[in-house]
Parts: sequence; structure tokens; C-alpha cells
Amino acid sequence: MRNRFAAALAATLCIAAPARADEVVRIAYIDPLSGSLAATGQLGEQHFRFAIDRANAAGAAGPGRRLELVAMDNEVSPEKSLTLLRKAVDDGIHYITQGNGSSVAFALSDAVAKNNRRAPDQAVMFLNYAAVDPGLTNEKCTWWHFRFDADVDMKMRALTDYLVGQAQVRKVYIFNPDYSFGQSVEKAAQAMLANRRPDLQVVGVERVPLGKVKDFTPYIQKMQAAGADAVITGNWGADLALLAKAAGDAGFKGTFFTYYLGSSEVIAGVGPGGRGYAQISEYHANTGNADLERIAAEFEAKYKQKFFYWRVVEEINMLAAAMKQADSSDPAKVGRVLATMRSNGPLGEAVMREDNHQLLQPMFVSVLEPGLPFTFPESNLGFRTVARIEAEAQRLPTTCRMQAP
Amino acid sequence: MEQLALILLNGLVYGLLLFMLSSGLTLIFGMMGVLNLAQASFYMLGAFLAYTISVRIGFWPALVIAPLLVGVLGAVVERYGLRTVHKHGHVAELLFTFGLAYIIGEVVPLIWGRIPVPYKVPPELDFPLFHIAGNAYPAYRLFMMGVAIAMFLALFAALARTRLGLVVRAALTHPDMVGMLGHDVPRVFTLVFGAGCALAGLAGVIAGNAFTTEPGMARALGAIVFAVVVMGGMGSLWGALLASLLIGMVQTASISLDLPLGAALGRIGIPVNTAVLTDLWQVSIARVAPVVPYALLILVLAVRPRGLLGTRSA
Repeated sequence: MRNRFAAALAATLCIAAPARADEVVRIAYIDPLSGSLAATGQLGEQHFRFAIDRANAAGAAGPGRRLELVAMDNEVSPEKSLTLLRKAVDDGIHYITQGNGSSVAFALSDAVAKNNRRAPDQAVMFLNYAAVDPGLTNEKCTWWHFRFDADVDMKMRALTDYLVGQAQVRKVYIFNPDYSFGQSVEKAAQAMLANRRPDLQVVGVERVPLGKVKDFTPYIQKMQAAGADAVITGNWGADLALLAKAAGDAGFKGTFFTYYLGSSEVIAGVGPGGRGYAQISEYHANTGNADLERIAAEFEAKYKQKFFYWRVVEEINMLAAAMKQADSSDPAKVGRVLATMRSNGPLGEAVMREDNHQLLQPMFVSVLEPGLPFTFPESNLGFRTVARIEAEAQRLPTTCRMQAP
Repeated sequence: MEQLALILLNGLVYGLLLFMLSSGLTLIFGMMGVLNLAQASFYMLGAFLAYTISVRIGFWPALVIAPLLVGVLGAVVERYGLRTVHKHGHVAELLFTFGLAYIIGEVVPLIWGRIPVPYKVPPELDFPLFHIAGNAYPAYRLFMMGVAIAMFLALFAALARTRLGLVVRAALTHPDMVGMLGHDVPRVFTLVFGAGCALAGLAGVIAGNAFTTEPGMARALGAIVFAVVVMGGMGSLWGALLASLLIGMVQTASISLDLPLGAALGRIGIPVNTAVLTDLWQVSIARVAPVVPYALLILVLAVRPRGLLGTRSA
């Protein structure tokens, strides 16, 4: 008995002493890696692996500290995600990242806050790269949640500003997936289009189950029947790809105003008819920035996929920098640094809001057009910036009340 | 009017697709008393095999080869799997096909990956055929309809006009007597099971590229196929056709209806008190479209438990 205790003590000391010299910080990636939305989850995973490899090669997280991704398949199910979070905590993981599905993000954010109250030594930080329901940084905010993508309202404001300026658009159809995120997009679109231009009207509002519809033709026909010349949609991944495909097949003339047009699986379904389709994002290939072009080329050479998530690289860069600055991988310490962090990105400064942990970064409204340096082979169209929104201009009021641990 | 034509066309395509899946299922059930829970998995296999074949030697050979491969696989499963468990009764058979669905569901992503494969409509058929109310109608949709109708006619002719069809129909109701008369009933079973699987495979071949070919496609269609078969009457081919078309039409039409549920029920003569459950009655029919087939199923079962054209109780 005594011997065993002594051995254990010795082992602990042995591990504790050189930990500074060589530490691996694991990040659990909880997103769909199977099912109808698997392509989106895999794209995210590739971006994280890419970003982490870059950060590790540069020693960005501090001397001797390496990041490592642990991919977990949640099938976009909140229940499954909570089980995976439990597993991650039991495995001693202190960082999780997720993006697909605000319903999942709400469940994770809530569970992380509870876990951290109950077991501060097993605290977990939640890095959100794409779940953009405004509630996550407003009434349901927690200190442990950090978001690296602009929320629904920030994006919708930019998108509607551009849409209202398009004189040929008169009839708008609002089309979304039926869960918290889609409802937020719908609400924001209706609110931000109201009383903007007398000849602008909303001719249809509709929601469809996420990842369930295989044939969007009847919906396109409904839009056509309503006389819609513009469709605002928060649909993403396979859903948006099928929607765009159905629109192309039916010869639909309306323009899509989207959140996620640029992801590779979606853009592959957009033919030459997609000219003029718009998206709001923090990145597209034709920003003209040499640093970003190099990063994108590096990613494409490695994964044979178009680079899409600049914000994933930014998230990992900021997390690594925060660890280095805090000289720790303790999420509470890292979080305190991250909460006020400013980061100089290739497209301008990104600022983490201390009051609700929402990252503010330059955003771009871009439309598909031919004759650009970087185009997609399926349509010979590429994105061209039509509006740039500065980071500070996106600071919306927040109802978030949270306390640092 | 033009809207109605569109709804009918879409409903017809979807309905015929459902029929291609359910005809095999109802045939197998009618003859062998086995509810093949893996039917939708064979549909998925058909789509993935067609993808693999079409990228190598083209869509048209795939249209023939993929269903044949699926049919042969089905026959092998019947001969060496199902027949072995047959002596343990129907529950064992049911569990066997249940397990089979799981195995296929796991093997497919192992071979083809978990993300959708780029199975494309052949360029010869990838053009708009005509326009209705400003909507282009893809030629491929009409092709899908044509294949489904041709398949139904061939199946019907085979059952009604050939000697083998005679034996199959006889074995449906009096398997023992058919055996006594010197026919190899187990072999007929193998044939029917294989043919049923091949039909599902064919549905996969023509639907996989119109929609998406991904490992979740079996799960997405599995439940609705059972709704069709039960609604039509287990074992009834005509019933399956009727129920498929009915579900296809109703589901497509309900997508197009933005009427709130309360108002819709009021219009067909069922007044509802909108003061209670206010939110429910405000939901538009379009939002509840995915539930409609199952609601229809319950309605049919309540009024006519043996299904629309069934001869025995489900």
C-alpha cells in the first residue's frame, strides 16, 4: 500500500515537472461527421486541422505547448452533443469547438456553464465558430462561450442594407431551416426589411425541417408563384446546395441572399444561373489580400477543397495567442485574456467584445460574378465584394449579463 | 390551374418513386409474409452502385447493371440468410432484415464515405423539357416517371401473363398446394425476394442523382415506404400504387398550401374552436407537410384496418 502510494506520488511529480516543457492541449470538435450534413462538418474539421497545424508549426500557443484536435460526431443532435461533452470532460479535455446548429450550441453552452460551476477544476471553454443565433451572446450568454462569427442580426443588417439598395428587387421571399437559427434569421429579415422602401414587400415566409428535404422543387415553384425576385435564406450545407440546384433546374430567375453560399459543397450546386447571388461572410477568395491568398492556396493544396472558414484560422490563432499570453492552458486564465483580445488579421483588426464575447471583425457582402481572379469551375463565377462593414460598425446593443469566474 | 398542373406533376414523380420502393416490399410481404425492413437499404445500395458504375462506364449501363447487382445480392441474402432463419418463424425473419438494414447502413459509408457522392444526372437528360408558369420542368423528371411506369407495366404483365407469374400468384395464397403440385416454392421465394430488391435498387438508380446519394438516404425513406405499404394493404400491388400516388400528391400539395391548419379544417367542414390551442391552428399546412403521410396512415387504419385494397388485417 505504502509502496503504491509512493509510486503514485513519484509518477505525479514526474508528470507535473516536465509538463511545461511539453504540453498537448486537446480541443474537442463536436459537429456532424455523418448523416446528410456530414459534408459541412468534415469541411470544418479540415479547416481546424489546417489551422492547428499552422499554429503548432509557429509555436503560437507558447513554448512547448501544442494543440490537438479530437473530432467527435454529434449528428447535429443536441442530446448526442451533450453526451460527447460529458465524454470530453471525462477525458480531461478543457476546450470544445462547434458551429453547425444553434440548437446544439445552446445545449452545449448551457451544459458547459453548469459543468464549470459544479467542477471548476474540469472547466471547459466553448469556442463557437458558426452557430450564430443572437441569443447565445444575449439573453442566454455565458462567460465560457466565445463566438468568432458575426451573429444573425449583424449579418442580416449588412445583407438587407445591400438588398434594399438593389432597385430591381421588389418581392422578397424569406426561406429558412426550422430551428432556433432559422427563426432568428426570419425574425431579423422581417424586422430589418420593414419600412425600408415603399415598393419592397415580403411575399412569403417559410421554414423547412433541417436536413430532411431532398427535393426543393415544390418550394421553388411556390416562390415563383409568389412572384419573388429575391430569396433571403439561412439554409446551409446540403440544404442550400439542393435549394440552389432546384432553382437552377427550374430556371428560377430570383436572386438568393444567403449566409453560407460560399462553402464548397453549396457552390458546386450553383450553375451559371447563380450570377448575382449574394452572401455575407468574413472571407471570400477575391479580397485581393496576398496573405489570405497564400493561406487559401496552402489549404487547397493540402485538402483539395476550397478554403472557406477564415474564422476557424482566426479562432485558433487567437486561442493560441491567449494561451501564450496567459502562459497557461487553464481555460479560466485563457478566457480572461481572450475576453479583451484584439487581433490584427490580414483584412483588418478583430476585437473580442468583453461584454458578450462576440468577435467583431470586418465583414463582406459579396456577389457571384464572372471574370474574377478566383472563380469556381462549375459556374465560372467568383465572389466580388460589394460592401465592406467595419468591425466597430457591427457593435449592436446586447442584453448579456455575465460574470467572470 | 398551372399551379395545379405543377403539383400533380411533382406528386406523380414522388408517388411513382415511392411505388417503386413499396411494390417490392409489398410483393415480398404478400408472398413470404416477411416484412423486409432492409428494403430502403437496397434502394440506397442501388444509388451508390449506380454512381460507381456511372463514373466508369456511364449512366445507361448503370441503369441496367446496378438493379441486377442489387437483385442478385437480394437473392443471395434470401437463399443463405433468410431461408436459414425462416424455420424460427416470422419474428426471427423480421429481426434478420432489421439487422441487415443496420449492416448495409454501416457498410455503405465504409465503402463510399459519409458525405454525399457526386452522382449526376446524365447530360443527355439534363435540360428543361417545357415551362409551366415560368418554371422549367427538367426532362429527367419525365424520364423517372417513364421508368417507373414501364416497370409497373412489366411487373404487372409478368404476374398476370406468364407461367411464372401464375405460380407466384398461386404461391401468394396457397404455398403448400403449389409445393404439392411439384413447383419449387423456395426457389420462387428467392426469385421474388431478389426481384423485390432489384426494384428498390432501380428506384435508387433513378432517384439517387435527382436528389442526393448519401448514407442517410435509406433512413430518410424507410419509414414512409412502410406507411405506403400498410396504407395500401399489405401484399396488394394495386393498393401500393394507389397509396404511393395518394401520399405523393398529398405531400406535394400540402407543401404548396399556406393556409393555416384551423382555416383549412374549417374549409373542409370541420369547424375548430381556435380559442383553445391557438398556436396549433395557426401553423400552416406547408409546415406540417412531413407529418401528413403518417396522419393519413392513421386515418386509413382507423377507418379501414386492412388498408385501402388489402384483403387481410394489417
